[in-house]
Amino acid sequence: MIEELVVLLVIFVLAMFIGFEVITKVPPTLHTPLMSGSNAISGIAIIGAILVSRTGDSTIPTVLGFVAVAFAMINVVGGFMVTDRMLEMFKRKPEERK
Amino acid sequence: MSPYVMLLYLLSAVMFIVGLKKLSSPATARNGNRIAAIGMLLAIVATLVFGQIMSWTGIIAAMITGSLIGGLFAKKVKMTDMPQMVALLNGFGGGASALVAAAEFLRYLNEGSSVPVNVGISIQLSVLIGAVTFSGSLIAFGKLQELVTGRAVTYPFQKTVNALLLLTMLFLMVTLVLNPDQSNLFYAMVGLSLLLGVLSVVPIGGADMPVVISLLNSYSGLAAAMTGFVINNHGLIISGALVGASGIILTNIMCKGMNRSLANVLFGAFGSTSSAGAVGPGASGSGDQVAKQVSVEDAATMLAFARNVIVVPGYGLAVAQAQHDVREMAELIEAKGGTVKYAIHPVAGRMPGHMNVLLAEANVPYDLLRDMDEINPEFERCDVALVIGANDVVNPDARSNTSSPLYGMPILDVDKAQHVIVMKRSMNPGFAGVENPLFFNDNTSMLFGSAKDSVMKLVSEIKDL
Repeated sequence: MIEELVVLLVIFVLAMFIGFEVITKVPPTLHTPLMSGSNAISGIAIIGAILVSRTGDSTIPTVLGFVAVAFAMINVVGGFMVTDRMLEMFKRKPEERK
Repeated sequence: MSPYVMLLYLLSAVMFIVGLKKLSSPATARNGNRIAAIGMLLAIVATLVFGQIMSWTGIIAAMITGSLIGGLFAKKVKMTDMPQMVALLNGFGGGASALVAAAEFLRYLNEGSSVPVNVGISIQLSVLIGAVTFSGSLIAFGKLQELVTGRAVTYPFQKTVNALLLLTMLFLMVTLVLNPDQSNLFYAMVGLSLLLGVLSVVPIGGADMPVVISLLNSYSGLAAAMTGFVINNHGLIISGALVGASGIILTNIMCKGMNRSLANVLFGAFGSTSSAGAVGPGASGSGDQVAKQVSVEDAATMLAFARNVIVVPGYGLAVAQAQHDVREMAELIEAKGGTVKYAIHPVAGRMPGHMNVLLAEANVPYDLLRDMDEINPEFERCDVALVIGANDVVNPDARSNTSSPLYGMPILDVDKAQHVIVMKRSMNPGFAGVENPLFFNDNTSMLFGSAKDSVMKLVSEIKDL
């Protein structure tokens, strides 16, 4: 039981460090898309939501699970789509030097 | 969960990391976002296929509903409203995590099985963080959307109330971990978590919202990671940690940009009625100084014949929706042989990187957008610095006047430019209520009027030259 917790904690801490390393390299220009994009990633809770509602009955836990699926899906779809919409607007200066 | 599915989750976590890595340049960012989205699709499909789903109707209906709502938001939202959108998305993410943890807890109780201590701790933390994120984000959304007052709301004994609330919650959490079989206490815990989210965002003023959204972004990630602890899922832990780290970094950048500590933002109630009404000591003393004014014609001539122009956009520019006109003006100056760059202060918009998105929307090429540290050495070589709707972020007092409330805040060194043109509605001090000595400098000229109006006039003047 404690071993399990420790393994998960190791994964969590190392992933935090990866996060710090990767995200410090994102330039300020892209910080808004970074937020909306990472937001979409936090919608990964959808996995938990699907698993917790897999029985499909009408008990309270399952119903809460359905709501969680909908919430997470708003997060995932809204997050990735709006990020794409923003990143599409970022364009270089057209090369037309003489 | 079979080990193969775990491998698929690992693959999608790797795709998230690669996707975030590609955000290091605007040229690769769009692809990065797609890779992350495919990673998410993979995780969802793997869960649906291998998750031993017994009934599909509810899950599929919920997925479709969520997708439609999310898609509609993403399509409809205006770029100026992006902070609200992100606040709302944060809220749904946190809410989803809290709901999963709560459902898991109630399932244990329904089955009459005991909750292992490690799972119990994770559940309580997940519910706490997720619920705080949910209600806090909704308040942040309300403030940004101006449904709730943007002012910092304070009431007597605020800190005592919050401290008591935290102590009660701590007590409830410990009790529930040791002795889970008390659903009433659990519901109380959920209620108090939601209340805590409301109470912690309500006292924060509208101008500090960038910090709050970044922090809630971090919380939404941490909530997902905690949920990963609850259901023993590595994929959730890795992804949640990535988002948590991202939010922490952005929170830190925003705090530095405003020269405030996180504690000061969260508990300082900056911008409440009392502190916004106060006038800095410098304001009355400099009352006899006169700022120079410039006509549109003269400003246009200066800009048209300048070789290096730096535009300093503030949120006033975005409010006036003058981005497109500024871009048109910049193109005219470039056609006359000058160069135009944009100096973006970290807190220029209403959330991290907001101003860059607003300018990108107006077709300003991203290679002309410069960060504060990058552009500051260039002001000395700049002929004209054009400040549009920005104030505190160009206040030289922040650099030199130890008695100024802004002292220590990193600023754009516009005062070092040959000429500075400040476009402003009036001489009213900015949000912080602090007088700006920049306006009285010899090399500064003021161009009064609404940003959009003035820029449009400049455009037509430059055209005629």
